[in-house]
Order: sequence, then C-alpha cells, then structure tokens
Amino acid sequence: MGLINKVKLNFSSMFKKIFNKKKARIGIYGPPNAGKTTLANRIIRDWTGDAMGAVSSVPHETRRARRREGVTIESNGSKVTLDIVDTPGLATKVDFHEFMAHGLEEDESKRRAKEATEGIIEAVKWLDDLDGVILVMDSTEDPFTQVNVTVIGNMEARSLPLLIAANKVDLPESSPARIRTAFPQHPLVPISALDGQNIDSLYEKIAQHFG
Amino acid sequence: MDMISEDKMNRMTPMEKVRMILDGVKNGKILVLEKGLTPNEEAKLIEMTMTEITPDDFAGIEIESYPTKNNQKLLDKIFRKPVIKTRLTVIGPANQLKTLRKDKDLISAIVSSQ
Ligand SMILES: Nc1nc2c(ncn2[C@@H]2O[C@H](COP(=O)(O)OP(=O)(O)OP(=O)(O)O)[C@@H](O)[C@H]2O)c(=O)[nH]1
Ligand SMILES: [Mg+2]
Repeated sequence: MGLINKVKLNFSSMFKKIFNKKKARIGIYGPPNAGKTTLANRIIRDWTGDAMGAVSSVPHETRRARRREGVTIESNGSKVTLDIVDTPGLATKVDFHEFMAHGLEEDESKRRAKEATEGIIEAVKWLDDLDGVILVMDSTEDPFTQVNVTVIGNMEARSLPLLIAANKVDLPESSPARIRTAFPQHPLVPISALDGQNIDSLYEKIAQHFG
Repeated sequence: MDMISEDKMNRMTPMEKVRMILDGVKNGKILVLEKGLTPNEEAKLIEMTMTEITPDDFAGIEIESYPTKNNQKLLDKIFRKPVIKTRLTVIGPANQLKTLRKDKDLISAIVSSQ
C-alpha cells in the first residue's frame, strides 16, 4: 500500500472516530428457541474469539439481556462496529407447565417462568434503545406470530433497519420461502446458526444495512 | 365475547386500552378489536401481560392479528414519517384461544371453554 493510501485510510478512520462515536446498537430478537444465542455466539466468536451465553433446547434459556460492545464486522469492503444485544425470547404467554414438560421440578419451573416473564419485559424495553434489529426466526415454524409482527411493527414505526435471519435451514422441513412471503418488505438471509451455513451472506447484509 | 369499536378505541389512551384488554382477558373474555393496536401498544400489552402472569391463575394471552400495513405515500417517505395502519385483532386468554393456522389473509383459531 502506498504512503498516500495509508494516510488516507488513517484519516478516514480518524474521521469515523470523531463523527461516528456512537456505535450502532443491534438487538437480536425472536421467539424462544429460535437460535438467537447460537447466532450471537457465532457472530462474537467469528469476530472477537469470545463467547456470549448458554444455548439450550429448553425455551427461555436466556432470561437476561446480554450485551457485547465493539464487535467489528468486515465484509465486502464495508466495515461496521456494533454493540450486540442478545435478548430473551419474546412471548405473549409463559406457562410453567412447559418447563415441567422438559423434566424440571415444579418449584424450579415456577421460578424459571417468573424469570422468563422478567426477561421478556427487559427485551421489550431494549426495543427503545436500539439502532437496528436482527430478527431470528425458526424456518421450520409458522412465521406469522404476534411476536414477529410486534417486533417488525416497532422497527417500522421508527424507520429503523431490520434484518430477518431465517434460521435452522439445516433441517429438512425448514422453509425460508414461507418467511419471505410473510414479510416481503424486509431483507432476509437463510442461515444455520448451528453449522454456519450461509453465515457470510449474513455478515455481508449486516455490514450493508447497519453501517 | 366483546367486540370493541374503532370509535371507542380512538377515545382511549394506550394505557387504558392495555388495562381494558387485560381486565377482559383475565375475566375469561375473548376481545375483538375492530382496529387493533399500534406496534407500540402491542409492546406495552406484552410488558403488562408479563407483570400479571401468576402460576396458577393467568398464563398470558394469545393475540391474533395481521401485520400492520405500511401505507407510506411518497411525501411521508421523504420525511421518514411512518403511517401505520392497524388491523382487526382478536385477543384471549392463552389457555382458551388457540391458533390453528395463520397466513396473510386468513386466521383460523379455536376457542375452548375453561
Ligand atoms: N438444527 C438447528 N438447531 C439450532 C440452530 N440454531 C439453534 N439451534 C438449536 O435450537 C435450540 C435453541 O437455541 P438457542 O440459541 O438457545 O435459542 P434462543 O433463541 O437463544 O432461545 P431462548 O434464549 O430460550 O429465547 C438449541 O437446541 C440450539 O442448538 C440451527 O441453525 N439449526
Ligand atoms: Mg437465548
């Protein structure tokens, strides 16, 4: 790289530092079990080498929002630095019997249900403090849920960018096309957060939309 | 079942709407809202629902509605002013109202007695 180019680059990064102090804060949203934490872990591992939180097949595993600051994603010449918030799965109901069905004791189930309701409140409150959302959906499930409709509606009402991650495409019964038909107005990337399939397209879209 | 007119909803504040819905649903009612809720009111409703869930009495709500339409005219787009059109909505207790099928134009749900 020539000296001039180097100077230019430094100048532009200085420019960014001065005028772009506030990093975009991106929330990872979706129903319980969609794969939000799996995705957050992958993003953070790929770009910082660390991990984010615990993953489990029991719904409402994440019951407190977690934030990781300063994750820089670079793709196709675009570079963005983001604060990433992994949120508890949103729902309009929480029934402790659901935890008992996963083999937990009654007391523990009730305690988890209580924590899950508090987590949902926290996730809803975070909606006010974000610059963009990655909405994670399980492509094997019906996309037309109130949770998806509410998250999308809130982002649209604020004219904030939203990216749909149609997750779990490694499963044979997945159908990202069904999600695309349901919400055609937003960019969608089919991915597997678990095995990393198509994750580079997601990074490309992240750099493009949240920059 | 209570069917609530657009006029009545228009006279209420967001908090009054959320209160009315939760009181109705906790009394075992199914509510049909002619005009639905704004995304912000939906978020408030989810928050309030969570604070009122108790293990043996109330497990939450089921809501059926269609995505809001974003009917932006060119001018609104230029000024980044979103025009949100809310739509027909049905709300009931989670243990009584179950969605069978939901797509763009048709919602199928079943109502059971307690
Ligand atoms: N097959 C498959 N399974 C996945 C994928 N992503 C996540 N999972 C699984 O789905 C389950 C839930 O994953 P989580 O990442 O904990 O989901 P979450 O959205 O964070 O869930 P909550 O925190 O409970 O809201 C786990 O068993 C994951 O291993 C995927 O791309 N493919
Ligand atoms: Mg999680």
